[in-house]
Amino acid sequence: MVEHGDIRVVHRGGSKINSREPVISSDSRLLLCASGECVKVFSTSTEECIHDLRGHTGLVTGVLLRPSNHLQAYSCSADGTVRLWDFTDGILIKWRSVGKACVCVCTCVCAELFQLVAVHLPQSGDRLVEARELSAVLSDVSSNPAAIAFGRGGEYIVSAKGLQLEVYFFKKQKSYRFSLKENNKKGRKNTFTCVASHPQDDCIATGHEDGKIRLWRNFSHKKEYTYSTLHWHHSVVSSLCFTPEGTNLLSGGVESVLVQWRYNQESQKDFLPRLGAAITHIVVSPDGALFCTSHSDNKITIIQSCVKVSAIIQGLVKGESLSTDLMVDPRSKAMVLNGKPGHLQFYSLQRDKLLFNLDIVQQEYIHQSGLQQFEVVKAAFTASGNWLASVEERKQKDAELELNLKLWMFDEQSQSFVLNTTISAPHEARITAMCFCQSTDSQTTMLALTFMAVDDGPSWSCDFVGAYHSLVPECCTFSADGSLLAVSFQEVVTVWSPSSWELLTTLSQPPGAIRDLCFGKLSCSKYLVGTTANNLLCCWNLLTCALEWSTSMNTSLLLADPLSENMAAFLNVHNVDQIVVFVFKPNEPRPLYSHKAVCSGNVTRAVFAPREEMLDSCEESSQWLNHSQLYFLTQCMDLMTFTTKAEEARQMAASKQLVIDDSIAMTPFHLLLGKHRGQQQQQESGQDSLSAERTPLPQGSAAIKELLQTPAHILPSTSFLCSMFVQSLLISVTDSRSETKHVEEEMESEKEEDSEEEEIESRAVRPPEMARCGQATETATLTKAQVKELRRVKKLDHGWLSSVLDL
Amino acid sequence: MASYKPTKITVYPKLGEKVTQDTVYWKNYKAPIQIKEFGAVTNINFSPVAPHNFAVTAFTRIHIYGPFSHEPVKSFTRFKDTAYCGRFRSDGQLLVAGCEDSVVRLFDVNGKVALRMYKGHTKAVHVTDFTSDSYQILTGSDDYSCRLWDIPNATELNAYQEHTDYIRCGHLFSSECNRTSTFSQFVSKKEHRSYDHTLKVFDGRVDKSVMTLDHGQPVESLLLYPSEGLLVSAGGRFVKVWDLLKKGQPLVSLKNHHKTVTCLCLSSNGERLLSGSLDRHVKVYNTTSYKVVHNFDYAASILSLALAPNDESIVVGMTNGILNLKHRKNAEESKEISGQQRRRPSYRVFVKGKNYFPKQDDYLVSKPVKQHLAKYDKQLKKFNVSKALDTALEAWTRLKKPEITVAVIKELDRRGTLKNALAGRDEQGLSRLLYFLIGNLFDPRFAPVLVTAAEMILDIYQSVIGQSSVVDRQLLRLQEMLEREIDYQQELLEVLGMLDTVFASSLPRKEVPCSAISKSNGLTQGEGRLQLQAT
Repeated sequence: MVEHGDIRVVHRGGSKINSREPVISSDSRLLLCASGECVKVFSTSTEECIHDLRGHTGLVTGVLLRPSNHLQAYSCSADGTVRLWDFTDGILIKWRSVGKACVCVCTCVCAELFQLVAVHLPQSGDRLVEARELSAVLSDVSSNPAAIAFGRGGEYIVSAKGLQLEVYFFKKQKSYRFSLKENNKKGRKNTFTCVASHPQDDCIATGHEDGKIRLWRNFSHKKEYTYSTLHWHHSVVSSLCFTPEGTNLLSGGVESVLVQWRYNQESQKDFLPRLGAAITHIVVSPDGALFCTSHSDNKITIIQSCVKVSAIIQGLVKGESLSTDLMVDPRSKAMVLNGKPGHLQFYSLQRDKLLFNLDIVQQEYIHQSGLQQFEVVKAAFTASGNWLASVEERKQKDAELELNLKLWMFDEQSQSFVLNTTISAPHEARITAMCFCQSTDSQTTMLALTFMAVDDGPSWSCDFVGAYHSLVPECCTFSADGSLLAVSFQEVVTVWSPSSWELLTTLSQPPGAIRDLCFGKLSCSKYLVGTTANNLLCCWNLLTCALEWSTSMNTSLLLADPLSENMAAFLNVHNVDQIVVFVFKPNEPRPLYSHKAVCSGNVTRAVFAPREEMLDSCEESSQWLNHSQLYFLTQCMDLMTFTTKAEEARQMAASKQLVIDDSIAMTPFHLLLGKHRGQQQQQESGQDSLSAERTPLPQGSAAIKELLQTPAHILPSTSFLCSMFVQSLLISVTDSRSETKHVEEEMESEKEEDSEEEEIESRAVRPPEMARCGQATETATLTKAQVKELRRVKKLDHGWLSSVLDL
Repeated sequence: MASYKPTKITVYPKLGEKVTQDTVYWKNYKAPIQIKEFGAVTNINFSPVAPHNFAVTAFTRIHIYGPFSHEPVKSFTRFKDTAYCGRFRSDGQLLVAGCEDSVVRLFDVNGKVALRMYKGHTKAVHVTDFTSDSYQILTGSDDYSCRLWDIPNATELNAYQEHTDYIRCGHLFSSECNRTSTFSQFVSKKEHRSYDHTLKVFDGRVDKSVMTLDHGQPVESLLLYPSEGLLVSAGGRFVKVWDLLKKGQPLVSLKNHHKTVTCLCLSSNGERLLSGSLDRHVKVYNTTSYKVVHNFDYAASILSLALAPNDESIVVGMTNGILNLKHRKNAEESKEISGQQRRRPSYRVFVKGKNYFPKQDDYLVSKPVKQHLAKYDKQLKKFNVSKALDTALEAWTRLKKPEITVAVIKELDRRGTLKNALAGRDEQGLSRLLYFLIGNLFDPRFAPVLVTAAEMILDIYQSVIGQSSVVDRQLLRLQEMLEREIDYQQELLEVLGMLDTVFASSLPRKEVPCSAISKSNGLTQGEGRLQLQAT
């Protein structure tokens, strides 16, 4: 990412949380899942994201609990590193590079091997070698991590690809291959899709593309292997999982039904239907109390022992295509786009959280592949947010296009949109564009082929149907005051008057179909800006009805800021596959801002989201960000935005503050503490604003959190904790100079600790009985943390405390 | 966990009657009370004084009913033949009635025997009435004459003999200006109703008629507006309104009944006019616009009709001798009814504890609300597609609510399982399907869905054509109806084309909207395709 002055492009959430299977911590309280370039830690009971584990520079491809210490987790990433985290506190413990360019699968496999080997072979030097050896052994590995599994305490590894199942025994260093016939009689496919192995028995379960589950036994022999078949799913089995005791087998697929098979009594099965979307992964918590399924609509469902859905963690849903444009709901300031089939999703940009889904189609969704369903294709809000118009369509192969235009009114009482009018088949062909008039009284929707205005009232009716030389209108827009309507018909821009529905004028330019149209706002309201298919950016003056200026630019997207006169254009640079952003005013010849190499791939959708509070940046290049923020979706559907440094810093501080506040209950004690912290921050900000933003007491907060969250009977004696606690309440150093020194010291000490930690670890791991006994390691880590704290307390200067006490 | 979303039934705009002030007003009556009389009820008259009893003339008796009793308070039976036209005097003390035996009898309301008998007519007397000064009686008879009698002396004061046929109704003006104009009309003999169908206005001070109006049909009933400026006459299928102040100029002619109109009545505020007819309907007209604003249906042909003061009740007499009484609902009663709509006795079980408000420290245990699904939805939820279609094709749904059946077919089509649901039916099941198609395929609301279903049926059952005569007959009928529909659509297209040229010439510069044309095109194409397969 190239930095431009102060402004940079940052990734702003919305990434997939269902790409890899999530991990449940051993106490079933936390859930870890890979999400873009970080690992997110969720609480299983409250559905809240507790913190992000940030550090990877590539896509995270796998998360695993550390078998020897259940408070730590490994994560591996496409950047070729494996990191070890303390996920309760969100601290990176160490990281290791695994080699050169690792494809995601490779690293995932490596990570598991790494893990496995780390248990058995403590020498760090051998780990990588072993890892490479093993991955070389299983050369023909499927790219799907679900198709690889370790069996019974790591005795063997199973991998499935295509029609082959391969079992490799580590002890014997020997592999067995089993293959199925390509097609059975009915022409169904036998291809393997996923693999799971029984935790205690020698049994491997495989899922197949035709919906069958096969249980393989006796596979340590080349010839005498046997398998039995279970069949309930009607299409691909996408995930399989055994419960920790091995009593049940869980399976899921497109049907979005979680099936629970009894091991050894396969005729008995339980179902948990209506999970909402196709199941992609199934995970069981180590104590078997919680099941966790991740779904294709970027959702993680937490289920209490196959009975009840207890929590749903929902990310930004990315459908197959983003047919509605990105919009901002004027009321909730949430970003709106189509998500789940037949739904509009409202996504909070500030909190990176899906607020709710509005059911547009209101029909039962049939989970079956190859079925044409109704899709929301267009949506529009009025400026006040009182009305929402949505268009849904369904196209079957040889049937007519089914179209519905729905108008929703915001209901103050229920705080949601209520269906007001349904117009079936408003047009005969696809609706290409739709917009509301900005002025309050005459509200209008505009549609395809011929365009149509719909009148407001208790219900809506068609007001006007217009056409121009039977051409297809492509895009339409109202001017800011609602007095003009511009509609592009291929190469011609027509301007209409919404009050009398008269064609006022037509604007033409050098040939090329119009792609985007925007009216200028505020001081530039006399301009109409458009882009054409043959790389022209044109600006017409509406007073003279003439072309004001035009430049040759390969614009892929043009949009106007609703709160200022700025416009943003995304350009495709021909030779380089990079996107350039220009921000300009129609009446000024020079762009306000340009940013090269924003991201790779095409930008298809973007939106200006109004800020909740205005920035008062006076730098020329970042002034355009004062009123609203520009969000855009890349080709791989990541949500990005432009931010300034100062803003980022403020957000960081706010988020930290928020986390602390969340973790502490509102008790009198907290009030006291909060007051104290407030004073402290004031003091600090008085001294140095920079440092105030950087360190609002991370250590202190951790200590308090530990003290408050750990049950009383587990806590060490009060006398022991006292010093730690008092230390957390103190302002460590008042002098800024000594503070920097102190930071350095800390850095050093941390380095020391790291090296020491490794030593401790290796020491701890080396005796095998120590490694197996989880209790022992737990106490070891506890003492380690305490040792750390103690050391810090020792180093600290308590001189000022005595002075305070004296006062 | 998402719950099952029931099949969406498309709501089509209703074409039925709209709810207006009038429908609300005229529907606000209780369930009717039926009283059997001895013969056809020819006349009903309300007493002008409270408690507004009413006299019902039927066959040889006159019964007087109280406002709320269903038994006659009083009855006059001393008639030798059929009685006609029992009427109260304005003080409610005297009652006059004509008779088939040409004698007019005057009764005291409390007595039994006739006080006076007026003899002079030679044929049946169908019309009797008191003058507004209460001392004279007007009678009209089948002997073509109309006479004025003095009550105490029982002497004939005057006779008007200008009519040339039976006199069947008459009305008296009020006598403020001493102009006791009678007014009678002429009804032709029943076998030929084409005699002289006139209304004549007589002045009590002059022997001759002062005005003659031609109704054009045998006149059955007359009504005078309270202002006495407008006269309403009913005869044949027509109700005509005449302006007397403009020398009897006809104002409007209403033709809303399809059989003879027999009786007329004004609502108490004079803003609505009611007419009853042999076609078993009572129609309510607005007296300013003369549009029908409401309509009552009765079981038999209506001969007489009366409204109690303040429209408290509607009384209708019919040819089969049934007297139909409807009382107005009380204010609180009507409110109550609209509030709780038809609750069954078991309703109390369901609401048990619903109106209990939890106290402050109560612990609330919420029960999940059970979702109620229609039968077809239950089957659809279980993916039983054939059964779902069967339940949607049940006789009641199919006939009363075809939109439900169509919605289920559409849902099955959306799920891609319509073919499975349609296949595998026996003769009975198939004929039921075809019967539904024949009934609804040509409804423009359902055509897009049913055309695909019809195509599928023809595809599936192609091989069994010719095995069952029932199915074959229905298929032939379907084909015949398709052909007719295609012809009809073609005609429509032609008309549209003509209209387009007309519009184009009248609006030379404007763009012509062209959406409707291609739509009908699509429909005919679809049906044409279907026809090909059918043949």
